Amino acid sequence: MRKSLATSILALCLYAATCGAQAEGPVVTVQDPFIELRSGPGRGYPVFYVAERGEEVVVLRRRTDWFQVRVTRGEEGWVTLEEISNTLDGDGAVFDVPGFDIEDYTARRWEVGFQYGDFGGANVISGYGGFGLTENLQLEIWAGQALGRFSDSTMYSVNVTHLMFPDKRVTPLFTLGAGTIETTPKATLVGTIDRRDSTAQAGLGVRTYLTRRLIFRAEYKTYVIFTSRDDNEEIREWKAGFSFFF
Amino acid sequence: MESRFLVLLLIALLALGLGGCASQRSVPPGQAAQPPVIEPDVERREIETARIDTENIEIGIYAGQLSVEDFGVNSVAGAQFAYHISEDLFLDLSYGQSDTEPTSFERLSGAAQLLTDSEREYSYYNLSFGYNILPGESFFGRNRAINSSLYVIGGVGKTRFAGDDRFTLNVGVGVRLMPLDWLAVHADFRDYIYDIDLLGEEKTTHNLEARLGVTFFF
Repeated sequence: MRKSLATSILALCLYAATCGAQAEGPVVTVQDPFIELRSGPGRGYPVFYVAERGEEVVVLRRRTDWFQVRVTRGEEGWVTLEEISNTLDGDGAVFDVPGFDIEDYTARRWEVGFQYGDFGGANVISGYGGFGLTENLQLEIWAGQALGRFSDSTMYSVNVTHLMFPDKRVTPLFTLGAGTIETTPKATLVGTIDRRDSTAQAGLGVRTYLTRRLIFRAEYKTYVIFTSRDDNEEIREWKAGFSFFF
Repeated sequence: MESRFLVLLLIALLALGLGGCASQRSVPPGQAAQPPVIEPDVERREIETARIDTENIEIGIYAGQLSVEDFGVNSVAGAQFAYHISEDLFLDLSYGQSDTEPTSFERLSGAAQLLTDSEREYSYYNLSFGYNILPGESFFGRNRAINSSLYVIGGVGKTRFAGDDRFTLNVGVGVRLMPLDWLAVHADFRDYIYDIDLLGEEKTTHNLEARLGVTFFF
């Protein structure tokens, strides 16, 4: 089972990677006096070739803010976003590549995030996927695991989050949600049973756009767990993490 | 009767005249059949930035050896996913599985078994941030240079072992060699740190893993 899974992942990766390798990108004309081609997508890799003004290069692929280009002589190397932004496309217009800034952030639809924090004394790791319903409102699906001394919990919830200033770099947020929590006591404890309960939650937090596709988000939530016992349980959670938007 | 005929005639003339004007407007005399003086000979090339293949995601598999404190050194296999945020920073998600062996105590005592077979199964996932340090080229012989990078990694996760989930911290260091632009070979060394109370009192254990992996960018 494990082997077949690994083989299929490998096959899929190979297929996707080779498909990606075959794609040919747009042709642009160098406008700077020259652009430097590095051997890898990073400032630490050495410059091995220079393309002059007027030379046409093919843009092959992008990795973070680096672009791999092929020059007329066939050499392939990596140039920066700044250099590729100062080339001309076929119509003589400046080649416009998205660098991902705050405008892209405010226009985003989808986002994915991961957070770590404290859930009533236990360590909690959670992740979510969000979809922008309107500029202010975001629908989020959360999954999380709280790992404590005496019990572990798995949580799922659906939240609606309201961003007060969606077009600003920093914005407060309010969130409301409902979901389930499944609690498993530690195996070393005796005489306890697993239980699954419904939860409702309310929270507030703050998020700030950092750079590129990266968002920092921290929040505080209060959970009400509707137990089968006489009293409902209340748990406080705070957590912080990073999100990416698409 | 006569005036009615005149009205009809006038209407007919008016209609003809208007029609003539309209046709004159649409086809100016003498120009209808001539080609334009200058024919544009520019081939418009549509550039779409969307056509550039963006490869910030790295997916692959790995295998290696995992030392589980008190439970021997065992082979481990897993899958890893990375998202490159910038040329320096990346997010790494790993999932691995292993089977642990009996402790020395269990072997020596003969009968006493601490764990059932299913409890001996070991699995973990970890979410970490990685930071590329020392990027550069590594040389194999005189003529072959390939891109490489050393990275440090740290994060949080979960380990499932001995029937329980344990909150796990991980720190590590790795080397990424890129023989092709879309293919990387990894050699990683990681330390998984968690508390375990299996043998009576709770203690913090360090579980070291050495692994080799292959990943693909897309």
